[in-house]
Amino acid sequence: MIELVLVPFLEAMIRTATPLAFAALGELVTERAGVINIGLEGIIIAGCLGAFLVAGSGGVGAGFAAGALAGLLMASVFAFFVVTLRTDQIITGTALTLLGLGITGAWYGALLDSSSTITAATISAAPIPWLSELPVIGRPFFRQPIPTYALYALVPMLAWWLTRTHGGLALRATGEHVEAARAAGVRTDLVRWSAIGFGGVMGGLCGATLVLAQVGTFNEGMSAGRGFIAIAIVVLGRWTPFGTVGAAMVFGGAFALQFAFQSLGWDLPYQVFLALPYVLTLLLLATLRGRAAAPAELGR
Amino acid sequence: MDALIALWDGAFGSSYAFWSATLVRTTPLLFVGLGVAIAFRAGILNIGAEGQLLAGAALATAFALLAADWPRPVVVVGMIVAGAVGGALWAGIAALLRHRFGVLEVISTIMLNFVALNLVSWLIRGPLQEPTRVYPQSATLELSGRWPLLIPGQRLHLGFLLGLILAALMWWMLTRTALGFRARAVGAGWRAAVSAGGIDAPRTILWVFLASGACAGLAGASEVGGVTWALYERISPGYGYTAIAVALLARLDARLVVLSALFFGALEAGASAMQRDAGVPAVVVQAIVALVILGVLAITRVQQLLRAHRAVPGAHP
Repeated sequence: MIELVLVPFLEAMIRTATPLAFAALGELVTERAGVINIGLEGIIIAGCLGAFLVAGSGGVGAGFAAGALAGLLMASVFAFFVVTLRTDQIITGTALTLLGLGITGAWYGALLDSSSTITAATISAAPIPWLSELPVIGRPFFRQPIPTYALYALVPMLAWWLTRTHGGLALRATGEHVEAARAAGVRTDLVRWSAIGFGGVMGGLCGATLVLAQVGTFNEGMSAGRGFIAIAIVVLGRWTPFGTVGAAMVFGGAFALQFAFQSLGWDLPYQVFLALPYVLTLLLLATLRGRAAAPAELGR
Repeated sequence: MDALIALWDGAFGSSYAFWSATLVRTTPLLFVGLGVAIAFRAGILNIGAEGQLLAGAALATAFALLAADWPRPVVVVGMIVAGAVGGALWAGIAALLRHRFGVLEVISTIMLNFVALNLVSWLIRGPLQEPTRVYPQSATLELSGRWPLLIPGQRLHLGFLLGLILAALMWWMLTRTALGFRARAVGAGWRAAVSAGGIDAPRTILWVFLASGACAGLAGASEVGGVTWALYERISPGYGYTAIAVALLARLDARLVVLSALFFGALEAGASAMQRDAGVPAVVVQAIVALVILGVLAITRVQQLLRAHRAVPGAHP
């Protein structure tokens, strides 16, 4: 039972949680600066296409770089509107999502007409010696593609940076009280630009991981709401790096349940499992009150 | 260039293009655009018009199939009611989550969009699937459930007329009734509305949220009754998202929603012609919609800055 159901379930959970965690950690930093980027979905899909386009000829490494760059580009558009022009964050973010989905869909459609390459290079799992041999947890946690390991390293670093460095303090001050931060000499616009940019890079990496470590190709709208789920993950993770990764695991689990239930042979319509992560988001948001932990300036 | 010509021809190139493509596409945008406009007016960020549209379409289809033997006017009116109720119920979930649990409606309405899509996907493969159980769609509606056409030989249907009436009604409600005033007051400033205006803000929010969902649900009923005559998974090519652009371009004014719905309706109609004739994918419309939203935001912002600059002599921009 453990070998047949639990291990594959955990493996799928970590695999699905990885891109979600990338996007959510980026959004976490953006939100700690007081900016909510609802356009994350558009950033992710841009990262998907960027990675897909470049990885074909340039290899996987270049693919990840291109995904990050595409995300950064989209985020810059958002930052220009929200920080420099001070437009409404929610509406600008919604436009960014539509922009990303529209441009990538049209680009890919044009590409399909002109060429026949529809798969990208993918990376396979890189098992960590010894650790990957551990019973039960070895395979799920230590026989994953490189991006998952990058995440393991990033989370404690980010937690340390947020709480123990001047940069992290400036970021949090901007998110809690812009005017006080400004009075204290923090260049709040620059902080917000950088935080949004970081969110863009991470969102782009989410897309790149999706294409290069999981699906192996690009599909129109393949981000499938991950950007919105990532935003919910940040709320559930109470705006902390460890909490966010934990919440990402919960969602990875919700996605992975599809496979587990299939292997258990439960007879339910598959749409129930497809809808599960979204329903779970609603239930968790309703039960765990998140507002108290939110940065005070969020959305302003 | 060919693409642009195809776009224009598809929207305005002939009387058929205008009456049967552009205005038919305008109709759902009119409903959802009004729904989003009224919500935004009250400060409710309802991004869930897409899901509310689907819920309305599903309930209207179910009613039309169940009541297929009844007289046509009864079925059509019943579909209208069912559509509005379906949309309002779906919005009601998000309204309840906001009211009772403080869940941000931005997140909840988007999540509910995905849930609605899966719900429809299940319905048309389960309880509502057509009798032969081959295709993922509902049975085709009997004549009783098909909405009357407005002009002989054209595809324009009752829904468009309803949309115009709804726009007039909403303008009147927002500007001439107490509920409309309360909605605008809450949207303009929650605290002031409660303390100075003595307004029951949560209650107002709840009603406006439901009304917003009902509008989107009507779009679904109108698509089923007037265009597709059956429930499909892809019944809406993102009308619920385009609605945000429709409402913003109209500056949340119900009268202007008619014009901006027409603009985006022409764009949608032109885009599908463009895909057919020039091979340009129709999703490009989403990018155009996004650019329109961003353009409106930027222009509005610059206007605000200019006004502030003029209002305070010697102020820094």
